Amino acid sequence: MQKAISKQHNKPAFIRKFQSALEHGDRVWIGLNIAMSVIVVAIMVLIGILLWNQSAVSRQQIGLSFLSPFAAPTWDPVNNTYNTWSFIYGTLITSLVAIVIAVPLSIGIAIFLSELCPPWLRAPLSMLVELLSAIPSVVYGLWGIFVFLPAVITPVGIFLGDALGSIPLLGGFFAGPIAASGSSRLAAGIILAIMIIPTIAAVSRDVFLAIPSSQREASLALGATRWETIGRVLVPYGTSGILGAVILGLGRALGETMAVTMVIGNSLNSSISLLKPGYTMSSLIANQFAESVNALNTSALIEVALVLFLMTLALNIIARLLVWRVSRRFPAEART
Amino acid sequence: MAAMFPAAASTKKAKYISSRKGFVRRRSVNALMLVLTGAVTLLALIPLFWIIGYVLLKGGQYINIDFFTQLPRPAGIPGGGVLNAIEGTIMLTIVAGVIAIPIGSLSAFYAAYHPNTPLGIALRFGTDVLAGIPSIVVGIFGYALVVRPTGHFSLLAGGIAMAIIMLPTTIRTTEEMIKLVPTNLREGSLALGSSEWKTAFKVTFPAALSGIVTGFLLSLARASGETAPLLFTALGNTNFDIARLINGGIASGQSVIAIIGNILLQPTDSLALTLFKYSQDPSIDRINQSWAVAFVLLLLILVINIIARAWVESRAAKLRG
Repeated sequence: MQKAISKQHNKPAFIRKFQSALEHGDRVWIGLNIAMSVIVVAIMVLIGILLWNQSAVSRQQIGLSFLSPFAAPTWDPVNNTYNTWSFIYGTLITSLVAIVIAVPLSIGIAIFLSELCPPWLRAPLSMLVELLSAIPSVVYGLWGIFVFLPAVITPVGIFLGDALGSIPLLGGFFAGPIAASGSSRLAAGIILAIMIIPTIAAVSRDVFLAIPSSQREASLALGATRWETIGRVLVPYGTSGILGAVILGLGRALGETMAVTMVIGNSLNSSISLLKPGYTMSSLIANQFAESVNALNTSALIEVALVLFLMTLALNIIARLLVWRVSRRFPAEART
Repeated sequence: MAAMFPAAASTKKAKYISSRKGFVRRRSVNALMLVLTGAVTLLALIPLFWIIGYVLLKGGQYINIDFFTQLPRPAGIPGGGVLNAIEGTIMLTIVAGVIAIPIGSLSAFYAAYHPNTPLGIALRFGTDVLAGIPSIVVGIFGYALVVRPTGHFSLLAGGIAMAIIMLPTTIRTTEEMIKLVPTNLREGSLALGSSEWKTAFKVTFPAALSGIVTGFLLSLARASGETAPLLFTALGNTNFDIARLINGGIASGQSVIAIIGNILLQPTDSLALTLFKYSQDPSIDRINQSWAVAFVLLLLILVINIIARAWVESRAAKLRG
């Protein structure tokens, strides 16, 4: 015993400290937890840094005209002229179509699942809606190319082209004719809508479910119908949450790659028409990165990825600020 | 009430609302909208059944034994299978799991118990950002991080990209499950004098284990269907065959580590990657096979999802009491 203690004392202090830390284990444990958390944060930072560094060539040689909506919309690896605006447009317009279709449908689904459907039906229906988000994006694409586009998009596209194509201003978005295969920005937007409905619906449903029943009961007791209760009490109460759900869906639509690549037709196209094939930023990268001809081309494609990354990052920050602002204004709501 | 009907119009509106006509009208609007929300729910489920039904019917026709046991034949020759993609998917999943599970579960412990420290806030933000990053950007990241420096498209690069896709889901579900474990269990263990890590391993972790496993399964299901992160990292390899690589390694007298290293540096195919490539092929054989691949992939993912979700529901209900 004596010997053991004196032996301990002979060792330098830092080794003793280290040993006792090891024996107790807590510092190692919390150290590991911290290390792993740091790795997660570091990955996020590293993604930004690597994209920034690897796009240096393109940022220096092309400069701001890369992003300019007014420069000539070319993407020509042979002559080294790159402008990314038509792809940004493609991403924005397909996401817009998706949001316009998906938001009303998803909120309807959320209302049905949380307020109206019989309790025994709620769990299975919710699960089915969520299964829609589990289907891989390539399977959506495959189904899109061979089944959905010829059966639905082509007829719808022909109808929209006939009905709206000749209206001034708006007609530009529906200038036909749509290709027989149906490949078009419209197709990409509608497939995206199907893909983001489960996300928006599931989050909105949770928002509705989290609203205290006292709110519903108070409104019903005042004589409002269920629909009036939903429209005038529950939706205003849950606005911030629903907005969060929409932003989440928008983020998914902006970045979705494979299904869009398979149905959008992938052509450089300066027309704004929804019925024409085009590119989104992600489908451009998926399509061209492997066939990049020189360092500038690769770098330009990485810069497109950087723009996409910054867009989703900005969306995330906006969502955070929104939640933060709302939770400051309605502290009670944030707690529920 | 005052908020519902602004003061100026209140008398007129109140009269209308209490009248017989107003009542009928409000009731019919109510009924109409309620039916409409139900109809919308059914409408959203049409694509689900359409896709699943079509893929299972069409893909099922082209499934046979060769499909699971043979490598692809050269273009134009019918037959052959997708053994390379099946093995590749399994290997990618293993590599991604080995990376994502320790990082994900340990940082989830941190997120659950230290949510308001600077690192905890950064971690939550980082998880949100990672969940929102487009998968194609993760692919480019994998390319810049691994493929460029090593000069190889490889299993390792694909696995890392897939791990990044899996991380946010893993962290979130694990964190939720840890939080669901009753605090008295943990406090009881600490009060008995056991250390934090012993409590974590012997109390919290076992109590939350089933939830953590299902969370991991769900993220696995999601990652195995991802294609975009693999396009420029794993690339694809129609000759990928683990048995051949191992036998070749043994024959040339390599050590186990060298063989594993060699496998990690091979370009690799996955089911989702094969599906994408075959669907772009002009030959009808390839397109038919892409339906078969979709069949296998969809079945795999649906089964994992249904089991995991049902399990998580029952488990969470039990923990909530």
